[in-house]
Amino acid sequence: MGYVAVKGGTKAIEASKKRLKYERLKDGEIIEIKTILSSMKALVDQVMSEASFYSPFLAALAIKQAEGSMEEAVFLMRAHRSTLPRLYYSQTVETESMFVKRRISASFKDIPGGQMLGATYDYTHRLLDFELAKENTVDNHQWLQAYKQELQDVSREDDIQYFPKVVDYLREEGLFEEYEDDNTSPMDITKESIQFPTPRSARLQTLTRGQTGAVTSLGYASLRGYGQVHPTVGEVRVGDLPIYVDHPTENNENAEDNDFYIGEITVSEVESFVPVSIKNDRHDEELEFEIGYGVCYGQNETKAIAMSILDQCLEHPEFDFPTHSEEFVLLHIDSVESTGFISHLKLPHYVTFQSKLDSIRQVKKGATSNES
Amino acid sequence: MKADTHFAFFDEGSKKEIRRAVLHAVAIPGYQVPFASREMPIARGWGTGGLQITLSIIGREDVLKVIDQGADESVNAVSIKKLVQDTTGVLTTESTQDASVIQSRHRIPEVPLTKEQILVLQVPMPEPLRPVEASEYQTKRLHAEDEYSGAWLLLFEQIMKYGRTATDADHPVVVNDRYLMAPSPIPRFDNPKMHQSEALILLGAGREKKIYAVPPYTDVTSLAFDDYPFTVESFEGKRCRLCGAEDVFMDELIDEENGETVYQCNDTSYCLERLNQQAKAEVEKEHV
Repeated sequence: MGYVAVKGGTKAIEASKKRLKYERLKDGEIIEIKTILSSMKALVDQVMSEASFYSPFLAALAIKQAEGSMEEAVFLMRAHRSTLPRLYYSQTVETESMFVKRRISASFKDIPGGQMLGATYDYTHRLLDFELAKENTVDNHQWLQAYKQELQDVSREDDIQYFPKVVDYLREEGLFEEYEDDNTSPMDITKESIQFPTPRSARLQTLTRGQTGAVTSLGYASLRGYGQVHPTVGEVRVGDLPIYVDHPTENNENAEDNDFYIGEITVSEVESFVPVSIKNDRHDEELEFEIGYGVCYGQNETKAIAMSILDQCLEHPEFDFPTHSEEFVLLHIDSVESTGFISHLKLPHYVTFQSKLDSIRQVKKGATSNES
Repeated sequence: MKADTHFAFFDEGSKKEIRRAVLHAVAIPGYQVPFASREMPIARGWGTGGLQITLSIIGREDVLKVIDQGADESVNAVSIKKLVQDTTGVLTTESTQDASVIQSRHRIPEVPLTKEQILVLQVPMPEPLRPVEASEYQTKRLHAEDEYSGAWLLLFEQIMKYGRTATDADHPVVVNDRYLMAPSPIPRFDNPKMHQSEALILLGAGREKKIYAVPPYTDVTSLAFDDYPFTVESFEGKRCRLCGAEDVFMDELIDEENGETVYQCNDTSYCLERLNQQAKAEVEKEHV
């Protein structure tokens, strides 16, 4: 029998994993996936958005496994995403066809189709509701019954109403430029790494999967002074979008008959109106509006608005602010990347530190011998 | 409900994509090939670049060794090795000679590698010009134009300030007389091992989404001026307290009993092998 290596690592890891499990289980309570799905919608939405992976069930499972840690849940989802083959691209989604649950404009009081507040925290007073501490299902059931009773008195629309975009109204007035539809296939940032300068499709994909906090703070920085974008929110809408894929083999004229409906996703969508000065034909400066676009999975309006600001910032790289630099913004807002690299500092750096020590010692030695 | 993952974690499409990037990298030694880095079950910055290469090149008959800072038993090495083994079932080893694929962080093993082996290095910062130029768009252009004054100036400034170059690990190298390359944070001590290496060396940066390579028998020179030649970390007069080895990269430790500074081999499997050989020789001598 010769020497064997010290088996420190394996044992320590196993013990640590056990301890982690113990910490999760020790109080004897179990949270069900369905509880998370029905009572933590905002968290589920945010995890799906940052993971760029739309699956409420898996997001809820990730939240359970991660004990509610955002970065861990997103990380779990992203890693799982890597194991799934990507078989189809969906057809282009037209957000005019959204089944709208909420829609507001900060630009106009009367927008075609009307404002619709829907469910929002915006006008609640943020006072802790101590009643919730003793909430029970019987009372909740009664409340629900009463609510449904109220709704019965509201008249029903027979047809589904699709809301026109606020911007269309302004386009008619000539305040916004009409653009041709750009039907070039978007770049897929999960299949190729982004190269600079980036196409807008790559920027939007990176922004929409950005960490909510990071996207929000950079958008805020731009708004507050470290940027040149001062938007008015033209339209915020939250609702469901149907997703279709082409028939994988048949590709005939009646393409629409061959489309497959594969489900729907809930998204928040924002169009911000940003005034920009442009030169007209006579080389005079003229003001015109451009649109900053923001969209993300689930209901997360703050992130979508911040995204619309950053989208517009990155459309104008000429300004000397970090929020207008695509490398600065796009390379630093991803949750898995930033949390991963920050946490890697916990790994041992014995060799590199030894090398640094050696370097510093040699320099010190050199300095004394020079003086003598 | 635990879903079984595919062999080597990835779907085959992803593996092919990564292998294509690897082939591209081998064809242009030292050039950083961008690739669509996947999110892995271990964190970005914890060896995901190396892991993605390992998982996409590994086959059932391979034997894997994973080291972190020279040690097979370091927690992260253990964790990576376990992930690969769980998803592939390949054999693992601690012996450098027995491995066909060696994934390593911050070290090249002391035992010279052979042409039957592939060394996969984990890379945190693949861009050697990043200390002088923050923008990726710019550094890509500097590489294309063979414009490396920034890297030379960095060394020059150190000489002006400290009277000598003061780089530590990750001292930049020139590969095949063309591309400036970050050798990953290996100590300068390991840089010469890359030169004319018999083994294929693949370098993967997961977070930065780059793969690059030093093919076998390629010239690799550490950046240095003629009058200020490249030097490695000095362990002059130091011996490993366990196996007595000299001329290896050492860990500096403090003896808990007498507070003295002691040294031992950083490459734990090398040290272990020497100890076992010494023990065997002793036994043979005694029983002749």
